[in-house]
Amino acid sequence: MIVAERKPLEEILRLIDGAKTVLLTGCGGCVTVHMAGGEKEVEVLASLLRLHYKKEDKPIKILTQTVTRQCEPEYVRELADNVDKAAVVLSMGCGVGVQFIAENFPKAWVVPALNTKFAGATLEAGVWAERCGLCGECILYKTGGICPVIRCSKSLLNGPCGGSQNGKCEVDPEIDCAWQLIHDRMKDLGKLDLLLEIEPPKDWSKARDGGPRKVMREDMRF
Amino acid sequence: MYSVRNGVRVMGEVKEEAGAAQPAFEPKIVAFACYYCAYSAADLAGSMRLQYPPNIRIVELPCTGKVNPQMLLKAFEEGADGVYVAGCMEGDCHFLRGNLRAKRRVKYVKGLLDEIGVGGERLEMFNLSSSMGPRFAQIAREMTERIKALGPSPVNRKARASAADEDAAGG
Ligand code: SF4
Ligand code: SF4
Repeated sequence: MIVAERKPLEEILRLIDGAKTVLLTGCGGCVTVHMAGGEKEVEVLASLLRLHYKKEDKPIKILTQTVTRQCEPEYVRELADNVDKAAVVLSMGCGVGVQFIAENFPKAWVVPALNTKFAGATLEAGVWAERCGLCGECILYKTGGICPVIRCSKSLLNGPCGGSQNGKCEVDPEIDCAWQLIHDRMKDLGKLDLLLEIEPPKDWSKARDGGPRKVMREDMRF
Repeated sequence: MYSVRNGVRVMGEVKEEAGAAQPAFEPKIVAFACYYCAYSAADLAGSMRLQYPPNIRIVELPCTGKVNPQMLLKAFEEGADGVYVAGCMEGDCHFLRGNLRAKRRVKYVKGLLDEIGVGGERLEMFNLSSSMGPRFAQIAREMTERIKALGPSPVNRKARASAADEDAAGG
């Protein structure tokens, strides 16, 4: 899922400063699952904003609406009535959600309440970690299901580098060396020989380096 | 004595004191109390005829694990100057870990209250058992003293000031 984290309140307050009516909108997708921008988080942030403005004795109206997914047009359009009423739309979706609301409402001023971090997984309740760098051409079949592109700090395809020490990455002793993990797993699986093959340079034009990407399926179009 | 509001039992409704020209600050404090311990301890304090400040409004919960950030913040929004959560002794939760979850949430909301400038010290978590009537009364006193020292919640200050102005103008 896309993992995000709420911006500091101070920054959020700056982003909505001066607005008399704010539409605070959550997303029922990833950000609900990892509790950053779903219905509950919208309620909490709305409450905090109301407390702040009451404290400052400034009147403000906070409208709240959480849609199923902010990255799909039919759900985003459900926001229309409230978008009309609000001077600022404060989205608790990921960066995709924020942009998609802006795209669908050309006259709306849309700002993010979250910092979107990565595509990751839930390691345990309350802990999320990055797992995929969205490189456009997956090579997990060569590395035992451990991604060197995103989990190796240097994205090495033929690792490890000389900085790998006791299973940890030289960038930060908290980070596992991805190549140590790959090596150990391949060894356990009896497939170490696969690692002897030299991986040629990756075609980064399939990743972000080739510009913004788009996926199209003719069979799914109307 | 209790009344039912929004599906939760609210005990110890306090009447607003009227008439005094310069009323001393009497904080409103909401206590979210677990049915299995603190709420029973409050009952016990009552039957023991123990005195505790009338500032406390008790909201009964099936377990402090029911406490969520929305609930705690709502209490502040609705005018509470202080809020506390009272659950079973650690290790004695009827639902095993509800009070430990509440403890974490209280800590989290304290951070939020600090961030928004209301002040995390207006929120606290306490642990006691159902047999601790005197401790319940003591906690009520402790919390009332703490909030009195802090003064009205910054959220209520303006509202209180304008109410006082109106009183003055009216009187
Ligand atoms: S808007 Fe972002 S968080 Fe919401 S479903 Fe889409 S990708 Fe997930
Ligand atoms: S190889 Fe590319 S697509 Fe596969 S997990 Fe890594 S970043 Fe994601």
